[in-house]
Amino acid sequence: MSRRQKRTLVRIGIAAALLAAAAVIARTVPFFEGIRALPLYLIPYAVIGWDILWRAARNIAHGQVFDENFLMSVATIGAFATGNYEEGVAVMLFYQLGEWFQSCAVASSRRSIAALMDICPDTANRIGPTGEIETVSPSEVAPGSEILVRPGEKIPLDGTVCEGGSTLDTAALTGESAPRRVSVGDPVVSGCLNREGTLRIRTTKPYGESTAAKIVELVESASARKARTENFITRFARWYTPAVVIAAVLLAVLPPLILGGGWTDWIHRALTFLVISCPCALVISVPLTFFCAIGGASRAGILVKGGSDLEALASVSTVVFDKTGTLTEGSFTVTAVHPSVGTAPELLETAAYAETCSDHPIARSVREGYGAEPDSRRVRNAEEIAGRGVRAQVDGHEISAGNSRLMDDVGAAWHACHHTGTTVHVARDGEYMGHIVISDSPKEDAGDAVSALRALGVTRTVMLTGDSEEVARETAKALGIDEYHGALLPGDKVRLLEEILAAAGKTGKTAFVGDGINDAPVLVRADVGIAMGAMGSDAAIEAADIVLMDDAPARIPQAIRIARRTVRIVWENIGFALGVKALILLLGAVGAVGMWAAVFADVGVAALAILNAMRALRIPKT
Amino acid sequence: MTKTFMLEDLDCANCARKMEEAIKKIDGVEEIHVNFLTQKMILTADDDRFDAILKEAVRCIRRVEPDCSVKL
Repeated sequence: MSRRQKRTLVRIGIAAALLAAAAVIARTVPFFEGIRALPLYLIPYAVIGWDILWRAARNIAHGQVFDENFLMSVATIGAFATGNYEEGVAVMLFYQLGEWFQSCAVASSRRSIAALMDICPDTANRIGPTGEIETVSPSEVAPGSEILVRPGEKIPLDGTVCEGGSTLDTAALTGESAPRRVSVGDPVVSGCLNREGTLRIRTTKPYGESTAAKIVELVESASARKARTENFITRFARWYTPAVVIAAVLLAVLPPLILGGGWTDWIHRALTFLVISCPCALVISVPLTFFCAIGGASRAGILVKGGSDLEALASVSTVVFDKTGTLTEGSFTVTAVHPSVGTAPELLETAAYAETCSDHPIARSVREGYGAEPDSRRVRNAEEIAGRGVRAQVDGHEISAGNSRLMDDVGAAWHACHHTGTTVHVARDGEYMGHIVISDSPKEDAGDAVSALRALGVTRTVMLTGDSEEVARETAKALGIDEYHGALLPGDKVRLLEEILAAAGKTGKTAFVGDGINDAPVLVRADVGIAMGAMGSDAAIEAADIVLMDDAPARIPQAIRIARRTVRIVWENIGFALGVKALILLLGAVGAVGMWAAVFADVGVAALAILNAMRALRIPKT
Repeated sequence: MTKTFMLEDLDCANCARKMEEAIKKIDGVEEIHVNFLTQKMILTADDDRFDAILKEAVRCIRRVEPDCSVKL
């Protein structure tokens, strides 16, 4: 609680005591009857309301007619004028109490959001030219400087490790505290927690362009991309207050004129209107809900660019995926070894040795599949044959490893494989040994993610890929995706997405999920562009509406759940606030409720709506 | 040019909205966001006249909520 909040609370307490005293005296001492009780009530009124009255006067001077302070002043002074002294004081008192609750709730949500955004360390340990360490603000460290990150500290700037090794905790960025090993030469991003060893890092980016600072900036500027509901509330707020005030004036004047008399009663009812004429509950709670949700989601490694994107995501009915790197690992692994002679390990070993000197992705995956480090002394005369494969002398034998054309060249009797993927045939001294199939395997949680999407009511899932039709079919089948389109060129993807968008029409939004680097045009074109595995990739952050910091497909259904929950909370608040206000307006007009209830409808509802909005900070688990 | 300013004692959300609407009307303002929660104002305006526009924006803020001050 801030000093100001404490002072207000004390003031509320004193005013409440004075009001109680005034009420007791007015009822027990016969002298203070009728108008004579007025001074008794003016004391607590002055204590609790002087600042409201002062602000009202000052703001009127500034031309702010429909100002909340002014309306409260008119309403309470009106209560005094109609002889309802007790009510006049009490309404002011409750108004202040409600405002106090509201400011506490706002302060608390501001704190929660600030805590969420606390992923950038305040200091960096820069290593000077002579090796001395100075503690400076991260914004002062130029790219190319060396910094020291001790165990337990957060990395302040993006860079590469130039000395030491450690495991990093990426929880603050991805929401998943899977430790990541790093050693010399590895790139590291800011915001990660250094868990074990001391690291010397050469920075590659200035503070403002480092990952952690980017994330904070993204979340903070998210409120600029306003959701449709937010714009609706803004428009609504513009005419709500004037409309209620005009209604109040009409209510005070028309019925007594028509019915002839009863002025005091109707004016009293009209004052009730003035008390609820502030749209605060809506104006605060709707943007707050989106903001809390965006802040909370960022903690789970889901960066949302704005409220409008969250809203669009909530009504997604079609999800289009890129294949490589999105649904699949994006790296090739050995998926089958079929020897014609000898054993499978022998075949793999021979192939790995032949591929020792090649830097081709296929060669790398074969070596990875073999596992051990090949002994280069056993290999001689290794040569790469473009478009065919490799040839090398291994243990004195001539080994060829590559595609069918290479086999034809050496006269080996190869045969095709029934497995989908890239086949590497192996021949020894012209004799066919067998083949190895390497393919890109689906991510562990890709299948679950697709079925989770279906459970969430996504009616159409489509996979687009530049890979062959065959590979596309296989992957789509394995993951349970409805449709696939293979052998696509980058331009085809945009064209197909246009068709899908047209087919979806107005029934639901279409999301595209891609790796963000190659798919920028498609990401931009989709209703919701989701970039994946984007830690440190500026292009992806630029093009997408939603950025997933890690590359788990399971984040997509989670993001949709967050979006739907947020939209639900927003409508709960709109319904609650408008419902209560409408009810009180109605009851107030017929004289069933007084200004007390109206005060609750004004500030009480606002405080409750804020508390409800803050539920959006908590993110449902996957 | 786009600049971000901290707003101190921004206490009412409706006021933040009113400030935004008032500043939007200033000649030369391209974009304005008054964020009630982060208590920040992000102003995009003509480079040449930025200072004059900013001065006018501060006046708008004063008019809506006199207790609120802009940290320059």
